[in-house]
Amino acid sequence: MKKLFSASKSLKKQQAIAGYLFILPNFVGFLAFIFVPLLWSLGISLFNWNLIEPAKFIGAGNYLRMFKDPLFRKTLYNTLYYTLTSVPLVIVLGLLLAVLVNGVRRLTMTYRLAIFLPYLIPMVGAALIWQSIYMPNFGILDYIFDLLGLPILPWLTSPSWAMPAIVVMSVWKGIGFTFIIFLAGLQGIPGMYYEAAEIDGANGIQQFFKITLPLLTPTIFFAVVITFIDSLKVFDQAFVLTAGGPANATKTTVYYLYEQGFQYLRMGYASAVGWFLLVVIFLITLLQFVYQRKWVTYE
Amino acid sequence: MNKSAASTIMKHVFLVFIFITMLGPFIWMLSVAFKEFGDVFTYPPAIIPPSVRWQNFPDVFAAFPFARFIFNSGIVTILRVIGTIITSTMAGYAFARLEFPGRDSIFLLYLATLMVPFQVVMIPLFIIMRHLGWVDSYQALIVPGIFQAFGTFLCRQFFLTIPKSLEESAFIDGASFWTIFVRIIMPLVKPAVATLSVLTFLWSWNDFLWPLIVIDSLKLNTLTLGIASFQGQYYTQWNLLMAGVTISIIPTVVVYLLAQKWFVEGIAMSGVKY
Repeated sequence: MKKLFSASKSLKKQQAIAGYLFILPNFVGFLAFIFVPLLWSLGISLFNWNLIEPAKFIGAGNYLRMFKDPLFRKTLYNTLYYTLTSVPLVIVLGLLLAVLVNGVRRLTMTYRLAIFLPYLIPMVGAALIWQSIYMPNFGILDYIFDLLGLPILPWLTSPSWAMPAIVVMSVWKGIGFTFIIFLAGLQGIPGMYYEAAEIDGANGIQQFFKITLPLLTPTIFFAVVITFIDSLKVFDQAFVLTAGGPANATKTTVYYLYEQGFQYLRMGYASAVGWFLLVVIFLITLLQFVYQRKWVTYE
Repeated sequence: MNKSAASTIMKHVFLVFIFITMLGPFIWMLSVAFKEFGDVFTYPPAIIPPSVRWQNFPDVFAAFPFARFIFNSGIVTILRVIGTIITSTMAGYAFARLEFPGRDSIFLLYLATLMVPFQVVMIPLFIIMRHLGWVDSYQALIVPGIFQAFGTFLCRQFFLTIPKSLEESAFIDGASFWTIFVRIIMPLVKPAVATLSVLTFLWSWNDFLWPLIVIDSLKLNTLTLGIASFQGQYYTQWNLLMAGVTISIIPTVVVYLLAQKWFVEGIAMSGVKY
């Protein structure tokens, strides 16, 4: 008995050593490139620091300055505008396409490829393609609008149309993500529900609202959380397509962070903007998880 | 014709419209990429180029080090995928299977950082790169990208679903933890490895913000960064620009066609990220 006990004790020790060795490479990298930078950026955000002169402690100064800066507030508005237009569009359209593709038997792979492809390509490439689509006078979009008798819009050159142009491009790019998630969700709904509804004489639209939608709420919730958080970090397309312009109309919060940090070298200030973003994302996630109980149906 | 056949046809009509809309921008890209410079500026714009100019592609490679960009993105992506797989599966195995003091608290640290946006850590990360002398280097593009809490989390969750009995019998036979991990566990978790590889490929290949910050010299540009710099210099040469974009997209399309299943499952699963 005693012998067995000591054997298991040495086994435990052996296992613990193995455990530490197995996580070691990952944990060192995690500390160095994620955890320490995370806390460090909170520390830096309390200083005035341009990398060259010594850092000067200013407490909450960066945070106060941030909210006083009209440009920062404008970037918040722009980011929110982007989020509140693009998220509903990718959710609703993604769901619609998933239901349609799920409802046909032929050509599904072909449709899936076409819808999914834009999601896979680099955002920079997608933005450049759309820049040529929006090209004034000679672009294909002007021509299509002309054919349909619609007014020609100054897409990328007017402060009021630049953000909608970015939203349209981003919806095209991002719809593949929600589509794939919803398609996977739809395939998880047992066919017997629909068979039963069929027998009861429910039509397609009734089936969608009475079966599909309620059973899909966890998937929808999940897609909303992810696309929402993702859209708060919008940067690449605004950088490539419009460089934040015209007149800062497409300058997003992350763009502002990038500019403050790496063009003006305001390390502390940019870190404060980063932590603000983190807190917002955290609060939104929390809020969505609290409210999910109200509308998400779990089986 | 019965009602259900009519509704199927309606669906297909609608889907073909969607199909054209989604592929339209790619068709336009190809159309411009093969045009003569002068033919870009005609109205109405021609979808089929009046004269097809293949020379645009060699021209792009001659004007800008595109071959180098492809090599850079390729090597960075391959090493990031390998590094991520090795470190994430090892840590995932330890978190899922081995008992050691502090295990759960350490894992909690990982979980806590799952939703931290990269933009929050990128400033200290840049400062760390400066201290290491890694600014404008391959190391900066590769090493930090290997470590993300998500990969570890994904592997751990997957390892938890594997029955313990296989390892136990190997253990009784006197196999070490390392042998068990390499010989027994790894072959069983191919789906997790495939999923994580595909996601890391996408994140790495499409990454823009980090290379933009940490890379200065043209010869170290990744493909996304390179194509953006190319735009800066050739912004009126739409035909060359679209040829460049076409080149940047081809690798993704090829990899997707080769590993379609894992892309679809990986993306659907990446939701675990939050």
